[in-house]
Amino acid sequence: FRLSSLIGHISTCPSLIGQCCQRHPGSVDEFQEELVIRPLHSGDIYASFQFRTLWDTDFLQEGQKVSHYRLFPKSLGQVLSKFSVRELHISFTQGFWRTMQWGQPFIPSPPGAELWVWFHDTVSDVDGNWKELTNVLSGIFCASLNFIDLTNTVQPSASFKPLGLGNATDHRFLRYATLPREIVCTENLTPWKKLLPCGSKAGLAVLLKSEKLFHSSFHSQAVHIRPVCQDEQCTSKAWELRQTLNVVFDLYTAGQGKKEWSLFKMFSRTLTEACPLATSSKVYVDITDNPELFELSPATPLLSQAVVLGDRRTYSVFDLTRAETFGQLRSLNLLLRWKGDGGEMLRPLLHAERYVAGFGLQTGEIHTVIYNNHPYRAFPVLLMDSVPWYLQLYIHTLTVTSKSRDNKPSYIHYQPAKDRHRPHLLEMLIQLPPHSMTEVTVQFERALLKWTEYTPDPNHGFYVGSSVVSALVPSMVAMNTNFTQDQPLFSSFVPVKEESSYFVRVYTEPLLVNLPTPDFSMPYNVICLTCTVVAVGYGSFYNLLTRTFQVDEPSLPLAKRLANLIRRIRGVPLLT
Amino acid sequence: MAAPLTLLLIVAVTIRAVLFRSSWAELISERVEVVSPLNAWKRVVEGLALLDLGVSPYSGDVFHETPFMIYLFHFVVDYAEIVFMVTDGITAVALYLSIQTYNKNVFRKQKYALESDRYPADCLELLRSPKEMFYIPLKVAMFYLLNPFTILSCVAKSTCGLNNAIIALFILCTLKGSALLSGILLALATYQSIYPLTLFAPALLFFLQRLYIPVNLRRSSFWFFTLQYAFIYVGSLVVITGLSFFLLGSWDFIPSVYGFIFSVPDLTPNIGLFWYFFAEMFEHFRLFFICVFQINVFFYTIPLSIKLKEHPVFLIFMQIAIISIFKSYPTVGDVALYMAFLPAWSHLYRFLRNIFLVSCVLLACSALFPVLWHLWIYAGSANSNFYYAITLLFNFGQVKSLNLISHFT
Repeated sequence: FRLSSLIGHISTCPSLIGQCCQRHPGSVDEFQEELVIRPLHSGDIYASFQFRTLWDTDFLQEGQKVSHYRLFPKSLGQVLSKFSVRELHISFTQGFWRTMQWGQPFIPSPPGAELWVWFHDTVSDVDGNWKELTNVLSGIFCASLNFIDLTNTVQPSASFKPLGLGNATDHRFLRYATLPREIVCTENLTPWKKLLPCGSKAGLAVLLKSEKLFHSSFHSQAVHIRPVCQDEQCTSKAWELRQTLNVVFDLYTAGQGKKEWSLFKMFSRTLTEACPLATSSKVYVDITDNPELFELSPATPLLSQAVVLGDRRTYSVFDLTRAETFGQLRSLNLLLRWKGDGGEMLRPLLHAERYVAGFGLQTGEIHTVIYNNHPYRAFPVLLMDSVPWYLQLYIHTLTVTSKSRDNKPSYIHYQPAKDRHRPHLLEMLIQLPPHSMTEVTVQFERALLKWTEYTPDPNHGFYVGSSVVSALVPSMVAMNTNFTQDQPLFSSFVPVKEESSYFVRVYTEPLLVNLPTPDFSMPYNVICLTCTVVAVGYGSFYNLLTRTFQVDEPSLPLAKRLANLIRRIRGVPLLT
Repeated sequence: MAAPLTLLLIVAVTIRAVLFRSSWAELISERVEVVSPLNAWKRVVEGLALLDLGVSPYSGDVFHETPFMIYLFHFVVDYAEIVFMVTDGITAVALYLSIQTYNKNVFRKQKYALESDRYPADCLELLRSPKEMFYIPLKVAMFYLLNPFTILSCVAKSTCGLNNAIIALFILCTLKGSALLSGILLALATYQSIYPLTLFAPALLFFLQRLYIPVNLRRSSFWFFTLQYAFIYVGSLVVITGLSFFLLGSWDFIPSVYGFIFSVPDLTPNIGLFWYFFAEMFEHFRLFFICVFQINVFFYTIPLSIKLKEHPVFLIFMQIAIISIFKSYPTVGDVALYMAFLPAWSHLYRFLRNIFLVSCVLLACSALFPVLWHLWIYAGSANSNFYYAITLLFNFGQVKSLNLISHFT
């Protein structure tokens, strides 16, 4: 029952999404941009950009070709139509999100690159489309997504249900892959910025300067494309493109130790105008802890309350479409000055960690630890693990313990790996008791690979992608299920179906595992030596099989032979 | 002779039971010299766990046992230790009885040859007396049961022990003269791992010799018997394979078991020659060398059969030895099987030239295997070349010992 409600929740009810997308009548495309700044208790600051483009076209039907692009980027539009993509989610992350220190992010993402795609059910060769799609996206985003192939792609059966329209249950049309080793840099930011309608010339995108953005603890840029309804009755559909960029600036490296943040200090730019193509352009600053923790200038009368991630937060709103926001100097530079030391942060209710245990290069154990910090409610979580084929998992060693007692998962979906063809996929539904720690352990064996299958730095190790923990966490505060027109983007990314819980996805750390290596300088030597041993065997058998024996007369020494010669001449009997 | 044999069995079972209960059992079952991806107990348990989860054990690359093993262990997985001890006992008793029969045959032939005065004068010291030959079957059983390799293989619960039992029973049935049982058991041994196919030729030669049919390709009696025996063998093989199909309802087990044995995709280190060779092989030549190495196991059959057609039992021994050395995933359990036969020809030992050297090489290598494995995998102070070198030396020693023993002919 809980599984179906958890999974069913993620498939959106059309009316709910439709209500958040009320648009101005008469316009074809719509663009909204938003920046949320949330100061963190440790002195760091979290900035989350969201840019949303709505594209009023419907090529979910066969045979429609689109050639007019206004705000929606043409490269992505062509990708969607050519590969019959229904939903596309791609993220590039540098750094790891520290849930215990920073709370829950608005849009979670694992380290490295992650791509998951739902295809239409009209597609006949999903693997072929997937392969071409990854190569095309690799070109669009200047990333090495071409390393995604069948050896690191999985088809999760329960964890990644569509976030847009449509009730899809056939996971044959879903593909999920992650590249934990992918590095994100300016090369990836530039094409991402180019997809925005205003580029990086006007609006909030002027703040996106790479020398400041990459000088941070955490940087994540993502693109999410999904079909949404345009009104309550869902008479027409639109494509929604959300580009999100989450960045956490560190107090000591970027902030020089001073607990004082401003837009100029974070981004080395200030805001001067909104993007002219945007219908709404706002900056939200989280001032829930304002009177005690810090002070914000310039002050603004606009306030907004939102319930997001199970918590009611108050935000100061700066509307960039209004000229008076920029004041006399025609530029907006927000300043946050800390007053005292921060108190306790609200502990995140769901948190997960993962590590490798064991010693030596033969075996090991993967431990995944999931914490449920809710004081009295238990809830189920869906854990998805995708382990590469060269770490052979032994599923009979899988143990799940909560509070040192066995906790049997109610649903296990396991697809074992095929060497050099596909990775392991393990999905489990685990019920977490309240205020507890649950540990999932599974043993594995490390394989010896062919010498050409190692990366150029084989002793660095091999990466295992993050596990994904998805759950509907019970909320302490009633969530808002009614959607209004002015709902901020950050609270409408994941649709809320019931008041009492909200959806959370937590990514664990990726693992770095060492494999035994052969000696790479030895191929010729090994071939020679092994063939020598085989040849010795062959030679001795050949000898045995073809040797014949003959009786041989003993030969006389030289002196006696000479004497025999003389004796023969004389005609006298010979010596023996 | 029942009493000493029973005593031997009790001693062997005691040693194994003590080791099963100690902490060494866990350590031994992880050793790569004793278990291989084909016969590890951990993988059998994994396969049964996959079956319980509703996934076919052959859908992944972890389980490479035949469906016969699934049938068997589905019922006895809780009593596995007893099963493996009983298996070792069966192998030892089968070897005992077969060597006893063989000795009787040899002695009878010797008696006839002596009466018809066919031995030259200086060979009389080679003749064997019943008193000498009395203890040989017991020695053979002892060589098998108390061999450290066999004990390690049993404590690790490697299914190599079951394969050895089937081969030993096959030898017993062949020596007793029952062609039907011999064909069925040979089919079962071939079904378990492909290589016992080469034992068809020596078994055939033994039966021909026993029935006084001359090995002449132009005689119809030769072909008549050969076709009968081949029919029994191939028929049982087809029946067993068909029964395996009906267990899981699919032919998945054929690429998983036989495809795995032939194409060697898993390069886990073991005591054989294949793993490092194919870990360092250039991709372009991989198929060629796989074929060469696999043909190497099979192609000694015909020449050896021609040369040794008067000594079929010795030929069986040579074939088993060749299989143990050159198969794709050898373990010490395979080595133990052919080493058990050595006492049968103990009267010829003084003619072996380098026996001290060869036995020292084998002993030293057996001692060095765990040391260099630890240095490579756990201490990190050696690399794979060290373990590979000992593998090479061990196989070289085995080849040399085989060479020495073949001088018996």
